[in-house]
Amino acid sequence: MSIEAKDNSNAVQTPAKTLDVAKIRADFPILDQEVNGNKLVYLDSAATSQKPLSVINALNDYYLKYNANIHRGIHALAEEATEAYEMSRRRTAQFLGGVDPDEIIFTSGTTEAINLLARSWGEENISAGDEIVVTEMEHHANFVPWVLLAQKKKAVIKRIPITLCGHLDLSELDSIITPRTKLVAVTHMSNVLGTINSLTEITEAAHKNGAVVVVDGAQGASHLSIDLKALNVDFYAFSAHKMLGPTGVGILWGRRELLEAMPPFITGGEMIRHVSFEKITFNELPHKFEAGTPNIGNVIAFRTALDYLDNLGMDNIRAHEIALTQYCVEQLTKLDGIEIQGPLDYAERGAAVSFTDADIHPHDIGTFLDSRGIAIRAGHHCAQPLMRAMGKVATARASLYIYNNQSDVDTLVETLIEMRKYFGV
Amino acid sequence: MNERLDDLYRDIILDHYRSPRGRNPVDRPDIATDGYNPSCGDEVELKVEIDQDRVKNIHVDCRGCAISVASGSMLAEVIKGKSIDEIKEISHVVRAMLKGDTDDIPEDLGDLDALKGVRQFPVRIKCALLAWLALIEGVKNFEEGHGADGSSISTEE
Repeated sequence: MSIEAKDNSNAVQTPAKTLDVAKIRADFPILDQEVNGNKLVYLDSAATSQKPLSVINALNDYYLKYNANIHRGIHALAEEATEAYEMSRRRTAQFLGGVDPDEIIFTSGTTEAINLLARSWGEENISAGDEIVVTEMEHHANFVPWVLLAQKKKAVIKRIPITLCGHLDLSELDSIITPRTKLVAVTHMSNVLGTINSLTEITEAAHKNGAVVVVDGAQGASHLSIDLKALNVDFYAFSAHKMLGPTGVGILWGRRELLEAMPPFITGGEMIRHVSFEKITFNELPHKFEAGTPNIGNVIAFRTALDYLDNLGMDNIRAHEIALTQYCVEQLTKLDGIEIQGPLDYAERGAAVSFTDADIHPHDIGTFLDSRGIAIRAGHHCAQPLMRAMGKVATARASLYIYNNQSDVDTLVETLIEMRKYFGV
Repeated sequence: MNERLDDLYRDIILDHYRSPRGRNPVDRPDIATDGYNPSCGDEVELKVEIDQDRVKNIHVDCRGCAISVASGSMLAEVIKGKSIDEIKEISHVVRAMLKGDTDDIPEDLGDLDALKGVRQFPVRIKCALLAWLALIEGVKNFEEGHGADGSSISTEE
């Protein structure tokens, strides 16, 4: 695993400040409730995170005080909304390590962002016989669009497999990424295994062969300090709702020269410069890719989510998650019948902890935990190729975030013991 | 909360889950249908041998949760020896019961009554339906003369 160790951009450089979880929890009123007669223990943040009051208030503010359509209005509210919307774009660019705000495209989510790429970049750049490389641990969002594109264009899909311990197997990379490779699709962090992928080697191999690298950051962006310039990838897509923001907002970042060469994906208002019966010319970046009225209020509130994360400090969040994930995995490993899926080296994994029980199906685990107020995810996690590679039909997944603490993990562990008694195994 | 949970995981259900019926192989099936639940990845393989309009042998291999395995196991137990018309009636009653369309379950269905508790857990209804939807599709194909050709159903359709 020395390969993975090379990329230490996500490792904590300075002694981290411990998160004050009690104080954080006070910002998330939703956590203070009973579910099925028990205190809610929310362990499903990899599906969607909860939102702090400040984000909810930002949404309220927009609708109570300055709701208006943006960019074309010539009145005060429209100007205020436009400024707030564009401020979110600049804030997002800053959060990603200081990229050009024009390279930030707001979409409805990671899924739409990747579909935009497949339809726009893919239509222009993929031809018969070209190769698209996809890893075995991709979420369907970074898998299905590429497989469908390949089918349509008669291109070839090649895979980067996973190792037994849940890392990408890069040992055959030279034969997988070749001069025929046009695109490599890889996740920053697996939503099932929690694996944080070293992108360096993949990016170097892709660029050496003239291919672009598309990174699914849906799990990465919420947990890691992201410096896109240092990552040296070509496209990075993620979702606001997994990082304290509202649902319905995704971000596609791409290198300016690539985005400029791409045709629009959805057409209509805002994305044009000039329209006549004879000729249509397109608007500049980023508006070329934001046809129609966007999700204004939610984009605006996303800035408040980024402020919240930066106030805590992404490195401090990462340190909190490493410690809590280690505690969680160690406690679960002590249980009879429970098997952890994914890497056990905590510096190279995030806070999504998949596990299986030798005798109890993940759906039954999910239902039992829910009856005790514990929210987890159970199923194939939209990663069926990965499930096949792991030889599993489904897993149970507990995922941790800034508002979780050891007590949440203890409740999970005690309840799993109770569950095994209940099912008589 | 245990009461509601106990209603889902009744002793009968757990008994069927721990020792599922209908696992003997059926070598020459007249009905062969696979079922998939794409929302969770559960799968069932259903094979039925018909002799003189009655179920002679049945094989139900359910790979999934307690509810889908128990439901498939009950199916195997209930339809053994039944005629095609009886199977059709039972399977449609079970489907209606799980979907909440009726409470009118004939008494001689026995263990199947235990599946009623599933209705309180909307996300689990598909688990219980899986094997029954495969049976309904298989019987339909059998009556059309191609029951053994192999077909598949999805709980999402």
